[in-house]
Amino acid sequence: MQITQAKTAQSPWRLDHYFVPLVIFLGLLAAIVEAARSPDPRMVMQAWTFGACMAAFGAWYMKTYVGRTPADEKNFYADAVIKAGVIASTFWGIAGMLVGVIIALQLCFPHFLYFPDLPWTNFGRMRPLHTSAVIFAFGGNILITTSFYAVQRTSRARLFGGSLPWFVMWGYNIFIVMAGTGYLEGISQSREYAEPEWYADIWLTLVWVCYLLTFLGTLWKRKEPHIYVANWFYLAFIVTIAVLHIVNNLAMPVSFLETKSYSLFSGVQDALTQWWYGHNAVGFFLTAGFLGIVYYFIPKQAERPVYSYRLSIIHFWSLIFIYIWAGPHHLLYTALPEWAQTLGMTFSVILWMPSWGGMINGLMTLSGAWDKLRTDPVLRMLVVSVAFYGMATFEGPVMSVKAVNALSHYTNWTIGHVHSGALGWVGYISFGALYCLVPWLWKKKLYSNALVEWHFWISTIGIVLYITSMWVAGIMQGLMWRAYNEFGFLEYAFSEVVLAMHPYYIIRAIGGLLFLTGTLIMAFNLWKTATSGQPVAAAQPVLAAEAA
Amino acid sequence: MAKREVDEVSGTETTGHEWDGIKELDTPMPKWWLGIFYACIVWAIGYWVVYPAWPTLSGYTHGMLNHSQRDDVTANVAALKSARSVKEAALRDASLADIQRNPELQQFAMAAGKTLFGDNCAPCHGAGGQGARTYPNLNDDVWLWGGKLSDIQHTITVGIRSTSPDTRQSQMPAFGHDGMLKPVEIGNLTEYVVHLSGRPADAKAVARATKLFADNCAMCHGADGKGNRSMGAPNLTDNEWLYGSNREDIADQITNGHGGEMPTWGGRLSPEEIKALAVYVHNLGGGE
Repeated sequence: MQITQAKTAQSPWRLDHYFVPLVIFLGLLAAIVEAARSPDPRMVMQAWTFGACMAAFGAWYMKTYVGRTPADEKNFYADAVIKAGVIASTFWGIAGMLVGVIIALQLCFPHFLYFPDLPWTNFGRMRPLHTSAVIFAFGGNILITTSFYAVQRTSRARLFGGSLPWFVMWGYNIFIVMAGTGYLEGISQSREYAEPEWYADIWLTLVWVCYLLTFLGTLWKRKEPHIYVANWFYLAFIVTIAVLHIVNNLAMPVSFLETKSYSLFSGVQDALTQWWYGHNAVGFFLTAGFLGIVYYFIPKQAERPVYSYRLSIIHFWSLIFIYIWAGPHHLLYTALPEWAQTLGMTFSVILWMPSWGGMINGLMTLSGAWDKLRTDPVLRMLVVSVAFYGMATFEGPVMSVKAVNALSHYTNWTIGHVHSGALGWVGYISFGALYCLVPWLWKKKLYSNALVEWHFWISTIGIVLYITSMWVAGIMQGLMWRAYNEFGFLEYAFSEVVLAMHPYYIIRAIGGLLFLTGTLIMAFNLWKTATSGQPVAAAQPVLAAEAA
Repeated sequence: MAKREVDEVSGTETTGHEWDGIKELDTPMPKWWLGIFYACIVWAIGYWVVYPAWPTLSGYTHGMLNHSQRDDVTANVAALKSARSVKEAALRDASLADIQRNPELQQFAMAAGKTLFGDNCAPCHGAGGQGARTYPNLNDDVWLWGGKLSDIQHTITVGIRSTSPDTRQSQMPAFGHDGMLKPVEIGNLTEYVVHLSGRPADAKAVARATKLFADNCAMCHGADGKGNRSMGAPNLTDNEWLYGSNREDIADQITNGHGGEMPTWGGRLSPEEIKALAVYVHNLGGGE
């Protein structure tokens, strides 16, 4: 603690004090030029949005850093940025899930909140808003936030880069705003989970490189002899997402004053590039990154050692090496060459056990502490999350088998599979982490365990309704599509199959609504914890003294 | 540094490392886990030997089966075609009257027609052919262009006000919009049309419109208002309405002369498919 302070006092010249303002300045300049010169009204809107974000960031930066040292820099750990991340995650979680409920209802009742005069209320624009908001805005903020927390504690070092972590936090959320407002204005490059156009992609690349620097720099400064397993997963996530993001988004803008760009890839190569990206976004963003959370938060909350170090090594490396091959299973029975389909399918099946390694380590870490599941709903949420992870990573390989995929592909089964992972695994592990982080960061006792119970049960019922309705709908849909009558004609018209989906879509919307309700209960609980919870003596000073 | 200790609960040694209070046990990997992992790898290698799998410099490994999805699709399509071929040929050779007389052939045409109807016609005419405002109901016996099998077949083939050069064509004038009739006259005519459909109407207005109807409407709708199928002119006496039954709707129709479009299916569907569709629509309930 004293060392850090001394350094700050001795060398007031810090690179980040120049780098961050320079980026803000250049960002403002770019926004002004685009707003003034672009012939594309949507680009002008985006430029104003970006300019406003830059101005807000700049004003905050000046208030916080110019001529003063913020109080947080006097602490051993950089926690203020993590608090901001907790708030951002919760906000985006609610926003993304709300949009999800709206579009689920639009699938049941096409006119629900759809106004022909307001094109942004169209399903086609709100659907990427939902997927990006829950995956990147909610999930991404959770990953940045938890990784910042865990890497400092497990390295016994303050986050590297001074105000650089703040740049990552602001910059990432500005990317979210640009992406989301862009979708609503109708700007999309039509790449699944990578819809933002070239200028937003360039901004995210810059932010992501700074994230990598912050993380690597912190590991570099670490006071522990070894790098903890959670950090392997976080690092794999950060590095791989950088590679995926850059390659998938290689494109040439029509003009630097317009939103539209053309991809470097075309045809089946483009399809494969998109699913190489898309599946590894699942693998490294939604799996590896969140396994980092498992490896830090479950042993902390259960107060038990990690079950098996050896398993963690083997399943880490096998997961990393094998996941990257699995993308083609999204393109079975398409123009993709059969040999590539075979590789995608077989590697997906091999991936089953490497995925389950994380589940075993997550669940078995509770041995000796199973009784806590009855009394600690936060731990229960973390553990049920790992159970859903196990289910989804078994279902995935099954669905990647060609014969199964022939039935399941393009049906609601896929939607059900995605959401058992998204709601059960990613959602619950994130909620669990938030329930841990708020008391730890604000040094308060959690406001209400009873509300966590309510959250848990309401959202669990929501997940069950969601997944089961989509399983039934998906299998039914697949069977109806392939049914022939005795004369060799298709038994059902496409519209009849759509009609048959209606009741299941309603059940799904109810499930989503319950899940959203649970999240709102959590937000209330966290808010009350931070603002009016009972203060508790923090464990942090002990560590800080130890470090000093 | 590394201080291995034994965990009391499990009796397993830790690795001796500790991060923020987190320790790790040195538990061996579960045997079942390793076993399944290896089994999956062995299965995958077996699959690679049998099926096309790995790219090479000049192509790819074809596998023992030399399997091809394209061949599978071709074979499946061929099998389906041959399964249908006998009856399809019969359908092609049969006249519409023959199909009606032959229950087996009719059943085949109905099965084909049902699917075709769902994928091509239902978006406008409804899944059951029940129609909607501006889209005719195909279940009743009200026909604009004729309800005989041959009429239906022709309508499907050429469409109505479609892009086909042979399209069924007619256009009701927009009497009000184009200034051919004054609003007062349209009001009187509206009463006349209401009267034609057998509903109570303003008798004076009807009397005033009698000549107007004869001069402007009778040419297509007939002096008695019973319509003319050769021009697609609706029967105004049956109280069945495509653009609405109340006075506002009728006045609007006289004013603007709405006329819907039906695409030509001649280029998109084969003659046999159109035959099947004609039989299906004819049998929905209103065929003549």
